[in-house]
Amino acid sequence: MEAFVSHTGLVMPLDRANVDTDQIIPKQFLKRIERTGFGPFLFHDWARRPDFVMNQPRYAGASVLLARANFGCGSSREHAPWALMDHGFRAVIAPSYADIFYGNCFQNGLLPVRLSEAEVDELFRRAAAREGYRVTVDLGACTVTDADGFRADFTVEPHRREALLDGLDDIGRTLAHAGAIAAYEAAHAARPAGG
Amino acid sequence: MTPAAPPRTMLDKLWSRHTVHQEPDGGPTLLYIDLHLVHEVTSPQAFEGLRLTGRRVRRPDLTWATLDHNVPTSDRHLPIADPISAQQVEALIANCRDFGVPLYDLGAREQGIVHIIGPEQGLTQPGLTIVCGDSHTSTHGAFGAYAIGIGTTEVEHVLATQTLWLDRPRTMEIRVQGSLPPGVTAKDLILGIIGRIGTAGARGHAIEYTGPAIAALDMEGRMTVCNMSIEAGGRAGMIAPDDTTFAYLEGRPHAPRGAAWEQALDDWRALPTDPGAAYDRTVTIDAAATAPQVTWGTNPAHVAPVGDRIPETAAETAARALAYMDLRPGTAIADIALDRVFIGSCTNARLSDLRAAAAVVRGRRVHPRVRAMVVPGSGLIKAAAEREGLDEVFRQAGFEWRDAGCSMCLGMNPDILQPGERCASTSNRNFEGRQGSGGRTHLCSPAMAAAAALAGHFVHVRAYPRTPN
Ligand code: SF4
Repeated sequence: MEAFVSHTGLVMPLDRANVDTDQIIPKQFLKRIERTGFGPFLFHDWARRPDFVMNQPRYAGASVLLARANFGCGSSREHAPWALMDHGFRAVIAPSYADIFYGNCFQNGLLPVRLSEAEVDELFRRAAAREGYRVTVDLGACTVTDADGFRADFTVEPHRREALLDGLDDIGRTLAHAGAIAAYEAAHAARPAGG
Repeated sequence: MTPAAPPRTMLDKLWSRHTVHQEPDGGPTLLYIDLHLVHEVTSPQAFEGLRLTGRRVRRPDLTWATLDHNVPTSDRHLPIADPISAQQVEALIANCRDFGVPLYDLGAREQGIVHIIGPEQGLTQPGLTIVCGDSHTSTHGAFGAYAIGIGTTEVEHVLATQTLWLDRPRTMEIRVQGSLPPGVTAKDLILGIIGRIGTAGARGHAIEYTGPAIAALDMEGRMTVCNMSIEAGGRAGMIAPDDTTFAYLEGRPHAPRGAAWEQALDDWRALPTDPGAAYDRTVTIDAAATAPQVTWGTNPAHVAPVGDRIPETAAETAARALAYMDLRPGTAIADIALDRVFIGSCTNARLSDLRAAAAVVRGRRVHPRVRAMVVPGSGLIKAAAEREGLDEVFRQAGFEWRDAGCSMCLGMNPDILQPGERCASTSNRNFEGRQGSGGRTHLCSPAMAAAAALAGHFVHVRAYPRTPN
């Protein structure tokens, strides 16, 4: 997994609440058996409209997605963060996320930042007002800042933060507990339930 | 005398009995996983990860695979026409062979939708932790299991270690008082609940459904309710196991037998939440006030009773949804005309769902404008329905009778809506494009979908009283 320490990039505002993973990557593109190659199909149905935000030249090369509440709801498909990353996004900023999507982001080095509704509103205003608007998302300091004095602190579960800072994958971390797993299995082998 | 142990919720009990390791200071728990269900769409990259790192599946005996999302629901004897679907199906078959994972292949009678076959085979049992790379894994919580949807990286993690790092969710009790009126089903109940609490209403929480109206549901209805917990944003949905649960499980192929069954019952009876245990939140619902529900927008909380109108407030709160659905505020739900009807999916494709729909259509004809199909949830359900003659009831009414799979719930196979088509669907998601790009989905119960197929528009199911067979 790619580590995430700090990232500065162009902001693309997506002004809708409840964006579901069916919209992020529609099902007809879930048939690949690799983790890559999903970027061209990001927001596929919306992207067919010329006025969709992703089609506006001023947001070409954006790497920070600014979004509204409950982003990533619906299907558990990890193809959603894969498509966002494959398209070039490294961080998402929104007031809230659906639980499964939120976890899936960390598994792939995509940082989902939670800011307050007021802070997100302010970022939408700034992104609209200034072409080429960029922010810095710093996971070390847990801040989002811009060049004009915006600063917001965010919180991340400490274990997720550490894993992302180091680019550590979970399986490696878990195998350090192989003894405990084996002991659990030995102790529960007699349990009736279990298929 | 030792002081009495504090009362615990069912989640407390499930969590503590599966804890392998607990990180300090509120960190995540390494939780043991008892059952891992696998399907073709969210697993190929996980198996590939195992190959790249030279890892094995730690417990193939606790892992079960099926083909469902991509599979055609007609002409099963022919090769799969879509080469990319075929590749994904082939990949799962090869992965199961290489890693020793049992698979319900397309030829197997047991093949079907992953959340239908787990319970049907008795793999799903009270007290288990169950995961699957699919958000509707919440279905299995109906048995008093902790069952959650996970991403593909987590699928790989479970394959390799049989564990998962999880943050413990908060608990939310949804207490359903009273009893459901006649003609009102578990689907109507859960749609009404989502309409009330919203699509993020249970985010971060494991829901436990309690109360007399829940206890009165059969297992199939309980599964429908738990299935859609994810549509309320819940991490899981759970219902305490009881005699209804045990009666459903007894004698199923993977259920314990003999002395092991008795021992299991003792264990399962200790699972329900202790009296006096505290939930983080409680919401109370009056079952008697529930009516048949129909969604009018693009998320499951955009819902109204069939006798109502699309709320005037939707003009402001859901303008984009109305534009997509080509509907106006104030329109009567009963005035919404339909092109398609889909009875299927892991929410509502079990035998009792098919019976409820058949009871409405028996001896009647589908409206000439409507194309209607029934897709049973598993090969066994299909066979059981055929033994009862339900296939003939549907066919004679003008329904298509298909093979088991996810089908038009998400349209990864050829069963999709055309742009602009409007569908009454017994599935769980009415998102934009879910059943086909530009398609418009209205969620409802099987009986309501059947009634809509006959009328050509939504209508209260009581408009079609059961005819004698
Ligand atoms: S029936 Fe629909 S919701 Fe259920 S598992 Fe299949 S695609 Fe997912």
